[in-house]
Amino acid sequence: MIDEGRPIFRQIAERIAAEVLDGTLAEESQVPSTNEFAAIHRINPATAAKGVNELVDAGVLYKKRGIGMFVTTGARKRLLAERRARFDTEYVEPLLREAARLGIRPEELHRLITEQEVTA
Amino acid sequence: MTPAVRVDHVSRRYRRVTAIDEASFALDEGRIHGLLGRNGAGKTTLMRLVTGLERPTSGSVEVFGNDPFEHEAALRRTCFVKESQTYPDLSVARVLASARLLQPAWDDELAAALVADFDLPLGRRVRKLSRGMRSALGIVIGLASRAPLTLFDEPYLGLDAPSRALFYDRLLADFADHPRTVVLSTHLIDEVANLLERVVVVDRGRVVIDAEADEVRGTAYTVVGPAGPVAQFVGRREVVARQDVGAYASATVRGRLDASERRLADELRLDLSPVSLQDLVAHATTGSPDDARSFEGGLR
Repeated sequence: MIDEGRPIFRQIAERIAAEVLDGTLAEESQVPSTNEFAAIHRINPATAAKGVNELVDAGVLYKKRGIGMFVTTGARKRLLAERRARFDTEYVEPLLREAARLGIRPEELHRLITEQEVTA
Repeated sequence: MTPAVRVDHVSRRYRRVTAIDEASFALDEGRIHGLLGRNGAGKTTLMRLVTGLERPTSGSVEVFGNDPFEHEAALRRTCFVKESQTYPDLSVARVLASARLLQPAWDDELAAALVADFDLPLGRRVRKLSRGMRSALGIVIGLASRAPLTLFDEPYLGLDAPSRALFYDRLLADFADHPRTVVLSTHLIDEVANLLERVVVVDRGRVVIDAEADEVRGTAYTVVGPAGPVAQFVGRREVVARQDVGAYASATVRGRLDASERRLADELRLDLSPVSLQDLVAHATTGSPDDARSFEGGLR
């Protein structure tokens, strides 16, 4: 679902990027048309187009004139690098803050992560 | 791009009441616009001015470059589906046939598909239709007209949620293939929020917001938690709405959430939540004087 409070075009861009990242949309495969995105998510077609264009500008998608939008070769690798760069601030920092709040010491946190790895 | 509609410093006064007060905005061609505001704010009057059913007391209205008042060509490019639209007491089929004569871009195939979608009985007289069916008839006419300027004024009275969803789906599907200028006037903002590309919000006859829907979204957020930390978070930020319940407080703050604000909220253990377009409109509008409301009601 589209959530309120954030630009919809950005949410569409994020959703497509997530699908490229997890391989649902393979490189060089065609992505749904903006009208299809609009119909599926019940949003304005121009808004869907804006989200798609944001990914074109970022080099994740490219346009084949008269045919449609396709995933760029190497897009997955690029998105992965971006996500990794943000992992620190988006995941590790909040984790450490919460751990500090609960009095979980670094060694203990380390142990918890290692245990999770075994079960995951 | 020339706008489809240009409203320039328009006021509409009736004796003592100012229904529209110095309104200015433009509606671009080929977009879906929301005309939002409380009941009695002036939405219907604005649409009557745009469709040439009324003339402004001062200021000017242009539709495709012409004054719409008694302008045949401009009116033929316009379809206005009114709230509580009345039709001559003919059969549904006859009403559709006469709408077809007035609308040059009318599409028979689409009309037939919509009649089937909404389960409209073609042979039944309009007077015998339920409230919801009459609304569905208005929707069929509004969509099948494919008019370059199509206005829907609260078109779903008596329609249940699935039928309204059907309207939104059919509107989007046909709009995608045949872009045109659409105006949706509604107080069910949550339902249509995602369909809108641009919003014009009126309050007491004034235009208070005229912006891209995606720009309006995210211009405020709500913090909830113990009153002390909420006050600390709010600081000098602009508070649009505030509610205190015992030791807890909720404050709606104007501005965009950035990473540092998220961190501060997290440190203070406060919950952050986005504010819907519906609530943003509610905060931007103060309601309307009762006299304006009763007057607008009297016009219909």
